[in-house]
Amino acid sequence: MSEMSPVLTKLKQRFPGDVVSTSSWRGDDTAVIKREAITRVLEFCKNDPDLAFNFLMDLSAVDYLTYPKAQPARFAVAYHLYSLSKNQRVRLKVFANANEEIETACPLWKSANWMEREVYDQYGLTFKNHPNLKRILNHQEFVGHPLRKDYPMRKRQPLGSVDSLMDEMEKRLKAKGLRY
Amino acid sequence: MGVETALGESAFTTTLDEVLNWGRKNSMWPFTYGTACCGIEVMGLMSSAFDLSRFGAEMVRFSPRQADLLLVAGTITYKQAPILKEIYDQMPEPKWVIAMGACASSGGFYDDYCTVQGIDEIIPVDVYIAGCPPRPEAVMEAVMKLQNDVIGKDSVLKRA
Repeated sequence: MSEMSPVLTKLKQRFPGDVVSTSSWRGDDTAVIKREAITRVLEFCKNDPDLAFNFLMDLSAVDYLTYPKAQPARFAVAYHLYSLSKNQRVRLKVFANANEEIETACPLWKSANWMEREVYDQYGLTFKNHPNLKRILNHQEFVGHPLRKDYPMRKRQPLGSVDSLMDEMEKRLKAKGLRY
Repeated sequence: MGVETALGESAFTTTLDEVLNWGRKNSMWPFTYGTACCGIEVMGLMSSAFDLSRFGAEMVRFSPRQADLLLVAGTITYKQAPILKEIYDQMPEPKWVIAMGACASSGGFYDDYCTVQGIDEIIPVDVYIAGCPPRPEAVMEAVMKLQNDVIGKDSVLKRA
């Protein structure tokens, strides 16, 4: 495909220094964004009337540790955006190493909260300014991040006691103005 | 024999074990611990098409205090394991456990970092059922096995 999609064209025009590369494959548009710029790019994607990506469909990560082709960093976080009004999609990718923080997308989409916690839990990537960055799938005594390529697949970690979810409950009750 | 001679067919003598076990095995109160697709199969098992009440086990309890049969139907993760253990501990004696399906029996195809490789890692199991998920008939067979092979061998004296 020689012609670039309108979404990618617009992103490149608006953020010439922040869009590292773009690619399209069978109608799926991908843009690799600089880690420091992800917040302003996401904000533009959400608020620009032509893009109008009001729905964060998925936020996940990739571990490129054993990937045959060399990558800019070990991990990548992928944002899958969808626009309900324009019926269009885009994938944004940010490369990061384990010690590099990525700005949270929670202020833009509430759904980012749990998905970023999942990425933190499974890959060990940290999100700056996240309201409650703690494990979500694995239990509180778990050591390591199981979806990393260097985590032994069968390394099982028994749990001694039930995880309390009351910290989250208290926060929610408070946010809704309910007495606890 | 004394009583039978005096009262005819209106009375008979037996042992305490016999009477208790007869009552227990024909009135099991299951606690369904459904965590995956096996739990859906349990719904079929309990409803009219298969109807587990024919075996006296229709009183499904959702409080472990009122149940004597723990029916573990589904995948148990390590995060889930302490909860299952606590529920088992809360059930009053005597109690029995059925591990329904591949996941509860052995972890199934979840040979990974988060799945308990069979619930017998944490609680004792009386009957295992193969299948993914097992058909309701298989669960009925497990219940019959429990009635005939396990509960019948139980003794009050042993527990005293």
